[in-house]
Amino acid sequence: MKYMMLIHHDDEALSKADQSLWADYAAFNEALVKAGGFAGERLHPAAGATNVRVRGGKAEVIDGPYADTKEKLAGYFMIDAATPEEAVAWAQRCPSARYGTIEVRPIMDMRR
Amino acid sequence: MSGDKASGVVERVARESYGRLVALLAVRTRDLASAEDILAEAFAAALAQWPVEGVPANPDGWLITVAKRRHADLLRREQVRMNGEPHLQMLAAEIDEAGELPDRRLALMFACAHPRIERAARAPLILQAVLGITARAIAAAFLVSPASMGQRLVRAKAHIRESAISFSIPERNEMPERLNAVLEAIYAAYSTGWDGVDEGASELAPEAIWLAGLIVELLPAEPETKALLALMLYAEARRHARRDRNGCYAPIDRQDIALWDHAQIGKAEALLHAANRDGPTGRYQLEAAIQSAHVAQRLGGADCWPAIVALYDHLVAATNSPVAMLNRAAALAEVAGPEAALAELSAISADQRMLGYQPYWATLGHLRLRAGHIEAGREALTVAIGLTTDAAVRQHLRLGLDAAS
Repeated sequence: MKYMMLIHHDDEALSKADQSLWADYAAFNEALVKAGGFAGERLHPAAGATNVRVRGGKAEVIDGPYADTKEKLAGYFMIDAATPEEAVAWAQRCPSARYGTIEVRPIMDMRR
Repeated sequence: MSGDKASGVVERVARESYGRLVALLAVRTRDLASAEDILAEAFAAALAQWPVEGVPANPDGWLITVAKRRHADLLRREQVRMNGEPHLQMLAAEIDEAGELPDRRLALMFACAHPRIERAARAPLILQAVLGITARAIAAAFLVSPASMGQRLVRAKAHIRESAISFSIPERNEMPERLNAVLEAIYAAYSTGWDGVDEGASELAPEAIWLAGLIVELLPAEPETKALLALMLYAEARRHARRDRNGCYAPIDRQDIALWDHAQIGKAEALLHAANRDGPTGRYQLEAAIQSAHVAQRLGGADCWPAIVALYDHLVAATNSPVAMLNRAAALAEVAGPEAALAELSAISADQRMLGYQPYWATLGHLRLRAGHIEAGREALTVAIGLTTDAAVRQHLRLGLDAAS
């Protein structure tokens, strides 16, 4: 089953992160690709987000983070795992797990 | 007696007798979940009554009597509902004949490791049924969410009930296979603790050792049980030496042997000798013998690598396990050099299970560096760093990477 791993960062904790974080990330991405996963993408800080919604045919555009939470969506990666345990193990390996939370979400198979 | 003292006794009884009491009650209820339920009610009654009325002379007997009475109530209600089901009455009679408290924890373990119980549920089920460890703690150790571990356990217990798996020691002819499943479950519980991220995750290791010790005591003629216990004790004995002064992971050839627990190693050696004397050589005997050779090499200085490679040959033949092949290749490097070891590794390089297995990439990286393939070695070590969740191991791998640049 395919899983999307949503990375939620606490910016404050991240700013105090070890120097080695980005080297660890490079290693993690390399491992992910070798094991058949898909290296993810990193997002710009949520402060620069734009939220758009259409209500009654009228568009509303609001700047700033979507949700007022301490941890914010900061990126994602995807894996194909045989078991939920394997997916959790990958989330645990992600360097961001040490500075935030990795949300593990199975991807719905829409072809069925 | 003070209330604190009485609840202390309740706690001690819960720790020491839980599995035996569940097993005994499960024979009566034919159902693990309801055995646990009525025992929980009996413990609750003990917590309420013992501080006031004093601790009974035979706490186990008291708990069993209360639980049996509770079960009889339930049974009566059930009988009214089901219009008297004959096999329940038969069961109740059968159990009353058994009389006093036999040690049924072993039978309970065999029920939990029954071939009809899914493999992944066996170790958690044994830990819960025999030792009373909570689903939450087991889930944390096995890297599963508490909800899905809870479901797995409930499913397994329902399966025991529905397929009427008996709570008895298997017959001679089916013993080896059943015992194997029990040992596999215990080893899974042990290695889950061992591979844990931090020290805190290894709390199941002592439980696994305790269970193996119990089986050695109850089935003294089985060599593989002794060998499994020896194998775990060899690993335990070196636990504190696995990290050096800087918190960096230390492989066995770089460990400070003063930090080894030599009493535990002595115990492991004695168990291994007893196992070798007792019977045919199995998987755990081979693995324990490999540990023994590693220890002898460090303590005595003799070159044991050829013996270790030979033992791995047997282990690979017996298990066909890619992990055994990986470790064999690492040992072969010490006898025939890194190129020969790398040639062996190519046999498992396409195995899907190895691609996400940190020790594979670490071994590959170190061997490539030793053979002078610097770029390829650095690449493999980088993958290993990406796969590890243990900060001490990460530090160790990074040192190897830095030394190669």
